[in-house]
Amino acid sequence: MSKKLYVRISIIIFCLSAFTKAQAQNLMNGKKIYETRCLVCHQADGGGVPHMNAPLDGSTNVVGNNIARLVKIIKEGYNERVALDGEMYSNAMTPNPDLKPADIADVLSYIRNSWSNKSSKITAAQVMQVSRKK
Amino acid sequence: MKNNFIALCFTFLLVCVNVSAQNNAGLSLPTGFKATKFADSIGSARHIAITKNGVLFAKLMSPNKEGKSIIRLQDSNNDGVADKITGWGNYGGTGIYVTGQSLYATSDNDVYLYTLDAKDEVVNPLSPKTIVKGLIAKNQHASKSITLDGNKNIYVNIGAYSNACQEKDRQKGSKGMTPCPILDSAGGIWKFDGSKENQTYGDGKRYATGLRNVVGLDWNTQNNSLFVMQHGRDQLNSFYPEYYSNEQSAELPAETMYELKEGDNAGWPYMYYDPYQKKKILSPEYGGDGKIEGGQNAIDPSMFFPAHMAPNALLFYTGNQFPEKYKNGAFIAFHGSWNRAPLPQEGYYVAFVPFKNGKPVGNWEVFANGFSGLAADEKIMNPRKAKARPCGLAQGPDGSLYVSDDNKGAIFKITYSK
Repeated sequence: MSKKLYVRISIIIFCLSAFTKAQAQNLMNGKKIYETRCLVCHQADGGGVPHMNAPLDGSTNVVGNNIARLVKIIKEGYNERVALDGEMYSNAMTPNPDLKPADIADVLSYIRNSWSNKSSKITAAQVMQVSRKK
Repeated sequence: MKNNFIALCFTFLLVCVNVSAQNNAGLSLPTGFKATKFADSIGSARHIAITKNGVLFAKLMSPNKEGKSIIRLQDSNNDGVADKITGWGNYGGTGIYVTGQSLYATSDNDVYLYTLDAKDEVVNPLSPKTIVKGLIAKNQHASKSITLDGNKNIYVNIGAYSNACQEKDRQKGSKGMTPCPILDSAGGIWKFDGSKENQTYGDGKRYATGLRNVVGLDWNTQNNSLFVMQHGRDQLNSFYPEYYSNEQSAELPAETMYELKEGDNAGWPYMYYDPYQKKKILSPEYGGDGKIEGGQNAIDPSMFFPAHMAPNALLFYTGNQFPEKYKNGAFIAFHGSWNRAPLPQEGYYVAFVPFKNGKPVGNWEVFANGFSGLAADEKIMNPRKAKARPCGLAQGPDGSLYVSDDNKGAIFKITYSK
C-alpha cells in the first residue's frame, strides 16, 4: 500500500468515525430533549395517550416527509382536535419557542428513529430552511 | 387413537369454556362478586344509563363503524350478555342519563332529550328536543357529562379549556390570568331546566365554579346534594422543575371529590389540593412554590384520591343486591393516569367509598381491577398498553353494576351472590 493511499484511507476512516460520533451525540441530545419535554405526554414508548395525546411511534406524520409541519408543531405547539391514522386526539400541545434549530433537528431525528420508527435523520440546516420558507 | 385425541381436544375445550366463565371477564373482584362481559367492541363507550326494565344505553365518544353514537343494549334471555344491540345518532359525546321514559344525551356542545316507548325503544331518534345548546367546547376537557336532581333540573359540566389558566396554555413560564376569564363560561357546573327547550348560558345558572374538569358526577338522594369528581391539573414538574421533582409531580395534586352547594367555588385555577400536606396550595402559575397556601375562598374536598387517576364516573349505589356496606356508597371509575410518566401509571380500576347519610365514612378501596388486561403485579407504564379503561358506571334495576370502557367499547356487568 502506498503511503498516499494509507493517508487517504486513514482520513476517510477518521471522518466516518467523527461523523458517526457526532450523529450519536445528536441522538443523545435528542433523547435528552425528548425525556424532559415530550415524554410526559407522548410516553416512554412513544405511544401517546389514546384519544388525548398523539402517538409518535408508528405515526405516518412523524416518519413522513413534511418536515416543515413537524418543525412548526414543535415550535408552536398544537391546539386543534386532529384525526391521525384514523383516531382522534384532543389535548393541547406545549409550544417550544426556545428550542434552537439544532435541538429541533436532534429531537426530530430521535423520534423518527426510536421504537419501531425508521426514517431519515434531520439536520439543523433542514430545520432552518423549512423555518425560513414560512 | 384418533378418537382419544378428539376426546382430549373436546375436554380441553370444555375446560377452556369453563375457565373463561369463571374468570369474571378478566376482572378481580371482592369475594362473592362475579362479572360477565355484557358487550364488547361497541365503540368508544363513555357514559352509560339503564332503564327500569334493564335496557342499557351507551354514549360513544364518536360514531362507531356503523355510524351510530347512542347504542341500545338489551339482554333478553338474562344470561349476563347483551343479545340485542341497536343504535342511532351521528354525533360523538359523553353524557347520557335516563329517568322514566326520558333519555338525555350530550354532544360536546348540546344536550338532547329523546323519548322512550313502553319497551324502552327510542321514539324520536332523528328529532330529539334540544334542551341546551351552544356550550363551549375547545378540544381540551370538552366532554359534557350530566346528572339530574329529583326536580327535573339538569347539571352539566363545562370543563375548562386549559390546564391552569395560563396566558399561554401549557407553556413554561407563562403566568396565570387573574381573574381567570375562562370561569365565565367554563370551569364549573351549570344548572338548567331539564324540560325546557333551546336554553343556553343566559337561561342557565353557574351552579358551582373553580372546577377544572369534571367527568364523573351524581346526585346523592340521601342528603339531596350534587357530588362531583374533579380531574386535577397536569405537568407541575414540566413547568416548575425548581419546585417539583418527577416523583412529586406524579403524586400532585390529589384527585378530589366535592359536595357542591349552589354558589360553591372549588378554587381552580388559583390552587390545587396537596394530599400529603392535606392543604389547599397556591398554584405556581399564581406565585406558589408548593408550600404557600391558597384557595382561601375555596371549599375543601369531601374526599381525595391519588393524583392523575382521572375519575370519569361517579355512582351512588342505591341497589339491594350488593352487601350492606355498599348501600348508598360511591363507586368511582378511574380511567387511569398518563401524567405520572416517567413513573408507572395508576388507576384503570373501579374504586368504592363507603357513605353514611350523604357523607363519606372510612377509607376508599379498589373494588374492581384488571381492566387493563395486564398481570396483577405488572405496572402500567404506557396508557396504550391498557386493553380497557373504565369510563362509565350504571346500576341495573336488580342492583347489578355495569362498567363501560371507552378504549374498544366493552361493557362489564358485576353481580353479587352469597
